[in-house]
Amino acid sequence: MTGTASARYSFGGDDHVFVELDGEMSLTANFKAMAITQALEERRLDGVIDICPANASYQIRFDPLVLPPTDLVELLKQIESDVGDATDIQLDTSIVEVPVLYNDPWTHETLMRFRTHHQTPDSTDLEYAAEINGYTSVDSFVEAHSGSPWFTSMVGFVAGLPFLFQMVPRERQLQVPKYPRPRTDTPKQAIGYGGCFTAIYSVRGAGGYQLFGITPAPIYDPTQQHPDFEDFMVFFKPGTIAKLEPIDRAAYDRIVEQVEARAFRFKQRPVRFSLGEFLNDPDAYNAGLLEVLRGS
Amino acid sequence: MGVRVLKPGMSTTIQDRGRYGYYSVGIPPSGSLDQFSSFAANLLVGNPDEAAVLECTYLGPQLLFEAPCVVAVTGADLPPLVNRVPRPLWESFEVSEGDVLSFDYLTAGARAYIAFSGGIDVPEVLGSRSTYTLGSMGGINGRVLAEGDWIALGPVDGSRVGRAVPEALRPTHPYQREIRVMMGLFDHRLTATGRETFLGTDWRLTPVADRTGFRYQGAELEFKDRTPPFGAGSDPSNIVDAPYPIGSIQVPSGIEPIVLHRDAVSGGGYCMVATVIGADMDDVGQSPPNITTRFVEVDLETALQARRDREARFARLREELA
Repeated sequence: MTGTASARYSFGGDDHVFVELDGEMSLTANFKAMAITQALEERRLDGVIDICPANASYQIRFDPLVLPPTDLVELLKQIESDVGDATDIQLDTSIVEVPVLYNDPWTHETLMRFRTHHQTPDSTDLEYAAEINGYTSVDSFVEAHSGSPWFTSMVGFVAGLPFLFQMVPRERQLQVPKYPRPRTDTPKQAIGYGGCFTAIYSVRGAGGYQLFGITPAPIYDPTQQHPDFEDFMVFFKPGTIAKLEPIDRAAYDRIVEQVEARAFRFKQRPVRFSLGEFLNDPDAYNAGLLEVLRGS
Repeated sequence: MGVRVLKPGMSTTIQDRGRYGYYSVGIPPSGSLDQFSSFAANLLVGNPDEAAVLECTYLGPQLLFEAPCVVAVTGADLPPLVNRVPRPLWESFEVSEGDVLSFDYLTAGARAYIAFSGGIDVPEVLGSRSTYTLGSMGGINGRVLAEGDWIALGPVDGSRVGRAVPEALRPTHPYQREIRVMMGLFDHRLTATGRETFLGTDWRLTPVADRTGFRYQGAELEFKDRTPPFGAGSDPSNIVDAPYPIGSIQVPSGIEPIVLHRDAVSGGGYCMVATVIGADMDDVGQSPPNITTRFVEVDLETALQARRDREARFARLREELA
């Protein structure tokens, strides 16, 4: 889980700096991206337009006539060296329970409609994912997918879509290729999987991730009508920890009713996350996190 | 005061200078794809720079005025008609209550901008009136215009008719374009041949060209072999999902380069090999399908000089129309 590569700086045109911290995904690289971008944010520099932490990289959009590009890169290199390996940083975030109906009728309809885009025309996305990860049944795969918490390592693609990284040692992480040809349609709030990431599709649209299920809970609300969206229209932030909770159809329907009544709220608790402590003993640390979520 | 939409056109949206600071949660800047033309339209009718305008793609709308107004149309060569009588492009003109503004066929470029004196009065969302359809945000209910929509206009202050953008300051719309790019990002994943192909091909713009991205065809780019890094995916063009710069050019599976524009998807798992320089993004926005494009490599200094030249053009136009 340790990042070994050194950072690679590149300009994206004359108004973006793109920094790849590691070619591989790891929580260490992700934490560095968050720490560096947060340190830059705190400087409130003139000319900085957008600061985007991502999985194992980050990007700054800036006005190069206000902030000279080479000055910005020098500053970012300085911050990178100050941040170091970031393992001693504590992150104040929250752990949230996301109800998931696995193998639901809506994503099932979609994935059957796009079977010709898939690796295996004769099985479902869940059956394919279970098999290539060495699980004997879809149920045991779902158990692995929902058993440990997930760390929001990036928000984007479309408005409010979280990329979730599984908080287990690499040898236990699930990996599934994306569709060879992306779909032109995905239901809103579908749970997808691509590479080593779970994604929750915040809006309906194109997508290439394998489809596992759906959540009845809104995660993006541009009109801000739902209680959890009073402050902002996007629910997930980089660093939000998610526990995917398998539910049955009856529970799904109950939550849909709550959502329609504008009465649904996520179960969530504030938590302080320490990467160093997590890396020392992921299983024990996760057990503690889940206790926080269950706690009163 | 306002305008009734009799016919919406092919894809007409309300846009302004854009929405900044939310790209980190996947909300792109949006705003007029051709910022110079939209700036000019506002200046012509006496609006402030931040006023919202209509962006019309390929086919113009038909609009009924329910009050007198000063209007200007800029950008693509999409000739305006008032009650079927031709009116000039790049010049402000008056319309009366009951007049209908419509358009003749597009002859060059891709997007025309209509500014109304007073500006379009829709609520700001996150600091902008721009429509971002993928996120159902801004404009009228976050969508393209529909028949029967009512477009409210703001109070008029200092509008003037008969102002015109001097010929020398109007952009041209050639059928073969050169778009300047800076190589970088993941261009090291290309072989030397792949890189030569990218810069040496006359790319043809496909019909998949909208506010999110412009997809080109013409050649296949060769990537270097590699062992995929953990989390990247097995295709040679895959990367661990990363942010996408506005203007960046990704090449999924080595075919069909895509230039992302102002409604960009903010990140993903395809490697980007170059980025269009800021000064040339308006030209991408004015590219219609089937246009031929060469991507021409420039260095940072050249890109910055192009940006300064562009700013000077904005300043000159402001002086001309003061």
